[in-house]
Amino acid sequence: MSLLEFTAPSLDYGLLLPFLIVLGAALVGILIEAFVPRQARFASQVVLALLALIAAIGAVLWRWSVINLVDPSTDGSGITGSVIIDGPTKAFWLILFGFGLIALLLFAERRSHGGATAFTPMAAAVPGSDQEKAAAKAGLIHSEMFPLAMFSLAGMSLMLAANDLLVLFIALEILSLPLYVMSGMARQRRLASQEAALKYFLLGAAASAIFLFGVALLFGYAGGFAYDQLAWAVTDGSSGDPLLLAGMGMVAIGLLFKLGAVPFHSWVPDVYQGAPTPVTAFMSVCTKLAAAGGLLRLLYVSVGGMRWTWQPIIAGVAILTIIVGVVIAINQTDLKRLLAYSSIAHAGFLLVPVAGGLALTSGLMAGQVGSVAAVAFYLIGYGLATIGLFAIIMLVRRQGLEVTDLEAWAGIGRRHPLLGALMTFFLLSLAGIPLTAGFVGKLAAFQAAWRGGYWWLVLVAIIGSIVAVFIYIRVIQVIYFKAAPDLREQPHMVMPGVPVTIVLVLCALGTLGLGLYPGPVLEWLQAISDFIVPVHTP
Amino acid sequence: MLETLTPTIASGLFDYAWLLIAIPALMAALLLIIGRATNRFGHWLATCAPIASFVLALILFVDLLGADPSARAVELTVYTWASAGAWQIDVGLLIDPLSILFVLLITGVGAIIHIYSLGYMATDPNRRRFFAYLNLFIAAMLILVLADSYVVLFIGWEGVGLASYLLISFWQSRPSAAAAGKKAFLYNRVGDLGLLMAIFTLLAFFGSTKFAVVEPLAGELSPAWATFLGFMLLLAACGKSAQVPLQGWLLDAMEGPTPVSALIHAATMVTAGVYLVVRSGAFFEQSTAASLAVAIVGTVTLLVGAWIGCAQDDIKKVLAGSTMSQIGYMMLAAGIGPIGWAFAIFHLLTHGFFKANMFLGAGSVMHAMSDDTDMRHFGALRRAMPITFVTFGIGYLAIIGFPFLSGFYSKDHIIEAAFESNTALGVLALIGAGVTAFYMTRLIIMTFFGSKRWAKGVHPHEAPVAMWIPLVVLALGSLIGGVALNGWIGGWLSGVGADSPGHASWLPQFNWLTWVTLLVVALGVLLGWWLYVKRPVSAKTPVPLPIGTAIGRQLTGDAVVSTVVSRPGLALGRGVALLDQRVIDPLTDAIGHVSTALGSGLRRLENGNVRTYGVTMAIGVVLMGLALILVWLV
Repeated sequence: MSLLEFTAPSLDYGLLLPFLIVLGAALVGILIEAFVPRQARFASQVVLALLALIAAIGAVLWRWSVINLVDPSTDGSGITGSVIIDGPTKAFWLILFGFGLIALLLFAERRSHGGATAFTPMAAAVPGSDQEKAAAKAGLIHSEMFPLAMFSLAGMSLMLAANDLLVLFIALEILSLPLYVMSGMARQRRLASQEAALKYFLLGAAASAIFLFGVALLFGYAGGFAYDQLAWAVTDGSSGDPLLLAGMGMVAIGLLFKLGAVPFHSWVPDVYQGAPTPVTAFMSVCTKLAAAGGLLRLLYVSVGGMRWTWQPIIAGVAILTIIVGVVIAINQTDLKRLLAYSSIAHAGFLLVPVAGGLALTSGLMAGQVGSVAAVAFYLIGYGLATIGLFAIIMLVRRQGLEVTDLEAWAGIGRRHPLLGALMTFFLLSLAGIPLTAGFVGKLAAFQAAWRGGYWWLVLVAIIGSIVAVFIYIRVIQVIYFKAAPDLREQPHMVMPGVPVTIVLVLCALGTLGLGLYPGPVLEWLQAISDFIVPVHTP
Repeated sequence: MLETLTPTIASGLFDYAWLLIAIPALMAALLLIIGRATNRFGHWLATCAPIASFVLALILFVDLLGADPSARAVELTVYTWASAGAWQIDVGLLIDPLSILFVLLITGVGAIIHIYSLGYMATDPNRRRFFAYLNLFIAAMLILVLADSYVVLFIGWEGVGLASYLLISFWQSRPSAAAAGKKAFLYNRVGDLGLLMAIFTLLAFFGSTKFAVVEPLAGELSPAWATFLGFMLLLAACGKSAQVPLQGWLLDAMEGPTPVSALIHAATMVTAGVYLVVRSGAFFEQSTAASLAVAIVGTVTLLVGAWIGCAQDDIKKVLAGSTMSQIGYMMLAAGIGPIGWAFAIFHLLTHGFFKANMFLGAGSVMHAMSDDTDMRHFGALRRAMPITFVTFGIGYLAIIGFPFLSGFYSKDHIIEAAFESNTALGVLALIGAGVTAFYMTRLIIMTFFGSKRWAKGVHPHEAPVAMWIPLVVLALGSLIGGVALNGWIGGWLSGVGADSPGHASWLPQFNWLTWVTLLVVALGVLLGWWLYVKRPVSAKTPVPLPIGTAIGRQLTGDAVVSTVVSRPGLALGRGVALLDQRVIDPLTDAIGHVSTALGSGLRRLENGNVRTYGVTMAIGVVLMGLALILVWLV
């Protein structure tokens, strides 16, 4: 076969349907920008994005159940081209689209901003210029945020299904580029937002370069990009080849960067603080989810044969991430920055079951909760509480502007009991207090790592999570027990619009429900947590 | 000799056992959510909750009494919390002879203390919140003791910690109260580490944390893991029960309102550690090292607590030291092995009565003395408040082990069992009994006898009826608790792993040890009487002085006693306090400081310069490379 000869791959479009829906919605979103009159754009973008995500969720479920009923021999899983749709893909897709939906509701919130969105009225205008003021006065809105977010979500969903290093790289870029843009779109503190976007872009580009270099090395080692080819080379060849080691490390770094693991975390605090709050909420959950899912498949499927090598390294990264995240979060004075470090710490907790590596290939017994299910559940608990907290941050304002200085929040729980109660509940879930989803997530995650043989890692993680409690208790103490600042300094809760209300209700119910009755979800996740490991025939 | 009952599925009345927890939990939620609208009657509702639970518990108890001894454990699965194939966590309740005794103690003493609080907190502006927290505590404590697995127990464990935190810092406006609440929280988290590690160990080995599942399998653990498990459980018990080295928070916790001190920091929550150790007996049996550690921790704590009791002038802190000391006795008994378990629980119950009695008595005294807690400002209160005096006196006689009062039976058993197990432990427990007699005598003489040293404008008076009726009830309990339970409790508990050596009658066996114990106690009382009655404390109201000098001044009268007994005693007492202030406190503070310092150091790396971030990442890549090479070479 000559290089010029090209055989078109036969794709099963039914399998790819959810991904295609999201990507298609993003493309249609661009057309909307071009052809729909300005007044109708925002509404049509919101409707399109939300409907597309609901349709994508429906498509996943349809592939799952209906096909299964019609033809019991298939459960809607399969490989098509370089993409694999198996249990974990579908589970992570559902979670991703669910959280995407919730985060996009925050994008759509206008009431608490006094009719505007959280985004700048005109991104091209110089911050503070007359042009910007004129745009704000004219009520301009950047409804392009929605297609951007949909592109990012498409990249994320591709990352979760990638069965090939090149596809993984493409997914990484598709998900990253819109995020860089979105980070720079904040309405308030625009310069900080733009600075954050630039930093994110520079560091992200560096991480991508490292990633791509790793891909090249792995290609040199295995002679192909596909995971199965890599896995075959690992089990067949000399597994200690320096090419493999270096390539594996560098590819992992690219994903650990997106996950926000130490020492590849430096961008997280600045970007989380600078980005518009809805984008921060979107990033902190969806990006992490995609990176975790991609990392799991990469480590478990393609280089699963090298378990003994990467497990201690991931464990080391987990410990470092937990320590740095927790310790720095303790004396943060800005709420968004505090949540950024908290999300770093949670990335560390998330890596604990990853390092434990409890999967079917490594001694997972029937009925036990393995690493993949534990990671997925942990992400759900973390995501619900984190998005809930960012939604609350959007509501606390002084003279129409978000106030993220923790000192200013003193006593707000006393002035607004419902807000205080919700916030306390989300914080307790992040702290891992029983009867919240966060606790069950930690329980599942840590026990998976323990059974995988990493009990010392669990010990460190428990100590870390106990120290982490202080981060959240400190916030609770400030919002309830600390004397409020002067009346002029005091921020107040603005009434949430419908989208934020829905988000808060969903997050609170989810956190409570999964804390009280996690059984079915955990069972379902476990039942579908096995990766399909394609066999390579050379 | 050891028998773990296989629980039967709940039926009949036991189907409603969840109401025990639901009633106070709902009431707490009601008071907190409805809020100000319940200000006027909320406290009455809240008081009904533990009474209702108590009545229900009593009915269940009678039911169990009538049941066949082998059918006295009933389990009730409320719902399946988490289930993924073999990994199943049910939220279930286990009602067995051990847990029902705790339920009766918690709801009984809880109800009495609610009634007392009606009087004590009558004028507090935040009364509704106080009662809501009390109900929350009752519910959490009931979850703790009724849990059928360690995970569910952990929910209660965290719940009582939360309630305790809220109640210690109830008077938030006082900085000391807020600080004390934080300290208690911090110490308890250290203990939680132990419980969590134990839970994960059990999950890893047995895939379950249910008592009925894991206890029969305890023998399958390797000795090393059994010891690890034992030490983790001990760590948890130390945190919750204020045992050495995690005792520091209890004295500060006295910042809370006095009914809280009586309920949480004397009768119920602080005994949760003992409950945990007895409940986990099957694992401690697998490891002599862990059991011995429990006994040693108990013995050290009983002495430390007693010395603290000698060195304090604050009536509540003396009682707090005494609580530590008495829990030390229970831990000692629990560490001795199966033979001691019943004694630990026996002493726990009698202690619940007499210590709650004395705390409430102290509250009544404080009430009369305008919230002063300094015993140097008391004196001659027996005429001013006769009911408090008589009831407190009964508590006093009970704790020192006066014949035929409750403490006499329970403590005597522990000392005897300690002697049988290890002479050194026995002697130390005996010395502890003498010191207890000394400091309690000191307390009662400084408070109720001698001359009036009252501050100006203080007019002591007897407490209102809502406060003295609970005192009388608890005093009755202290009076007859020992006699009533002595012949019965061993046999009752034998089903849950505790064994009775056959004290079948209510009459104690007076052997040589009983006489020696009584002699030691008498010596302690005499010493206290000699120091504080023969040489009156001070004729006029003493000005507030540093604790050390004040006691020193009172003791200068007799050089011999002072040098031989009191000085070393005080020095040791102060030493322990010092150890707490200079070593344990800084240690816990240090954790905070180190993290803060580390935080600001690491924060410097977050300087906002993208080049610094790039360098951090590059270093990360290099580190990752080095690590990979290292792992590869190994």
